[in-house]
Amino acid sequence: MTHTTTSPLRSRSSRWISLLWIALPLVVLGLAIGWLVSTDPLSSFRNGAPPVENLTFERTILSPDGIRILVRAGGSEPMTIAQVQVDDAYWQFTQNPSGPITRGDTAWIALPFPWVLGEAHAINIVTNTGATFAHEIAVAVPTPTRGSMSFASQAVLGAFVGILPVAIGLMFYPALRGVGRGGMDFLLSLTVGLLAFLFVDALDDALELAGEAAALFQGPTMVVLAATASFLILMAAGRRSGTPTGLALATFIALGIGLHNFGEGLAIGAAFASGAAGLGTFLVLGFTLHNITEGIGIAAPILKQRPPLWTFAALALLAGGPAVVGLWIGSLAYAPQWSALALAVGAGAILQVIVEVVAMQRRRQIDGTRTLLAPAAMAGLAAGVGFMYVTAMLVKI
Amino acid sequence: MRERKRWLEQRLDRRLLLAGGLAAAGGTVVAANSARGQSNHAGHGTAAPAAAQEPPTHLAAHGAMITVGEVDDARNGFDPAKLLSDWDTGTVSQQPDGRTLRTFEITAEDKEIEIAPGIFFPAWTYNGRVPGPSLRATEGERLRIVFTNNGSHPHSMHFHGIHAARMDGVPGAGLIAPGEKFVYEFDAKPFGYHLYHCHALPLKRHIHKGMYGAFVIDPDPALHPEHQDVARSRLLGTTENVGWQEFVMIMNAFDTNFDNENEVYAVNTVAHAYAKKPIRIVKDKPVRIYLVNVVEFDPINSFHLHANFFDYYNQGTTLTPTLKTVDLITQCQAERGILEFHFRDHEPGLYMFHAHQSEFTELGWVGMFDVVEAVS
Repeated sequence: MTHTTTSPLRSRSSRWISLLWIALPLVVLGLAIGWLVSTDPLSSFRNGAPPVENLTFERTILSPDGIRILVRAGGSEPMTIAQVQVDDAYWQFTQNPSGPITRGDTAWIALPFPWVLGEAHAINIVTNTGATFAHEIAVAVPTPTRGSMSFASQAVLGAFVGILPVAIGLMFYPALRGVGRGGMDFLLSLTVGLLAFLFVDALDDALELAGEAAALFQGPTMVVLAATASFLILMAAGRRSGTPTGLALATFIALGIGLHNFGEGLAIGAAFASGAAGLGTFLVLGFTLHNITEGIGIAAPILKQRPPLWTFAALALLAGGPAVVGLWIGSLAYAPQWSALALAVGAGAILQVIVEVVAMQRRRQIDGTRTLLAPAAMAGLAAGVGFMYVTAMLVKI
Repeated sequence: MRERKRWLEQRLDRRLLLAGGLAAAGGTVVAANSARGQSNHAGHGTAAPAAAQEPPTHLAAHGAMITVGEVDDARNGFDPAKLLSDWDTGTVSQQPDGRTLRTFEITAEDKEIEIAPGIFFPAWTYNGRVPGPSLRATEGERLRIVFTNNGSHPHSMHFHGIHAARMDGVPGAGLIAPGEKFVYEFDAKPFGYHLYHCHALPLKRHIHKGMYGAFVIDPDPALHPEHQDVARSRLLGTTENVGWQEFVMIMNAFDTNFDNENEVYAVNTVAHAYAKKPIRIVKDKPVRIYLVNVVEFDPINSFHLHANFFDYYNQGTTLTPTLKTVDLITQCQAERGILEFHFRDHEPGLYMFHAHQSEFTELGWVGMFDVVEAVS
């Protein structure tokens, strides 16, 4: 009985004690900061070296008014931009916001520079310490603006490289419905193979883009964490009501491919913005061919079901549509870390569907240990990876 | 995906691109005065003109291609406008044998200088300025240069002139450690326009950090009876000489990020100094420029005068021109000469001068003469 009467008291005091244990480390941290600031015990480390400076170029916008660039400071101290050279000539500029740029902050530099269509220009920023940060505009073309005509043509391009191939792949659905057990093994493994290719491709691209981002974003770490997070979240969401099969699995595959296509779209759009890009007919067809297997992969889990027709349209849009959106956003010249993030999320999503498709195959097998080692499955895996690899050659120059 | 990007970047079919409507706007021409730089840098708050304002006439000639802001001359401790004719004639005394003894005091010191608006350079200087003091003596005098090294590295003064090996300012002959003192002593000969610079090693670093200056030996008219008028006009302080407008111009450059390429080019250190504050020239007085090139890393430099021609005295060691009626001369490092010209028959106005390596011009080495009727 005494037990019940003392319990509220005890719990209150234990709450105070736990609060104390939270406060104590924070107080120690505060004292350490105070000591560091007031007594400056690290002064002996100061060897007269100038502060470390770092400047990353995140966006470049070319318009009839000249060139505008977005820079992000990553120095050990606020950085002051003293002068700006364009093609080895000092040029007048305005900085917004003006003044020193603190670590992690961005500023726009506007230059009334008469750039030349189709030619290269080099920007060189000189800071107050004389350090220089160079940025190359490989091919100068006007940056697309919101609402400009190019948006419509980009949508057409996005549809060609994203939606159309998925739709074509899904059109194999009736033909594939009749396949036997071995054929099903083949198709599911083909899906795993193409997804594995996309996973490696997305991760590789994400890491490459992450390398271009400002150091303070810790690009590679960000990519790995984002991919892991998206993988775990989608796994958890997918398995809320058991392992996804059939239409649910097809939807997850479409989602994974869609996230990947979004990242792709960002990068293609960025290529436009950074002064690329005429697209040859051959190249667009190469993309289309490259992505057709994506549709077959989405169709594979629902071969034994009869979903209504609109679900096919929805799946095609889910998998291919993000390419259009990505193109639009990417063409506005957003910073590389956002493309890297999108690709990393896509990579995680693809990993999730790989796991689920393999799980589905395991369940289908009488002998689960042979899941991917059955002859038909091996052939499908090879065909999936091989097809993706070979069609990638069409677009790799 | 990245391969697509790469493809897009490399295989450019611009006609298709244009057809796609991407390039609605063509190449652009931007109004020269459409934008001015940021209004203030840390350390110098001079506001640049507002965007809508017309630039002053002397700036219009450069369009938007100019550094932004102003250099704080007071902080630097030297003013490019004054460096032009700021001669150091030392202190004069008589030797027992009746010859004139001229003594200069030079101190080497480290100093951070502003070489273009907002760009600071950790210079090594003579007497706290870059270029060092413009020493001027007369042919035949005995010269004594008392050199103190208050810098952080060994330094010397190596004079272009005629002197003993032990006065040469190379390692082992007048190169001194920080805190030490050395006295260089030699005769002022030959007359002409020479220079001095630090000869400590590595040479490139010591020169481009700012250790150089003009060294002028005026001809003694008594020794040149055949060209006495010319010699008198060259001799500082004579009535003939006062009729001239004389300027020292040291073409220099700075590698601010130490990658063995220069970021800033100038005459007398400050980029665009004479573009922003033109040099006042009185129309009917002749002009004499003591020009020397000390630029490091680039093989040559040059001087081009707009709308006029000049006579050139290579190294200044002759009293008749070595080149007549030219509007461009080139100089390798340490090469120097005297330019003589006038605007007597010109209309007043702004006359540009610059290196005719466009790159140097566009990185700061450009100036203007403001030719006026008479001093008002």
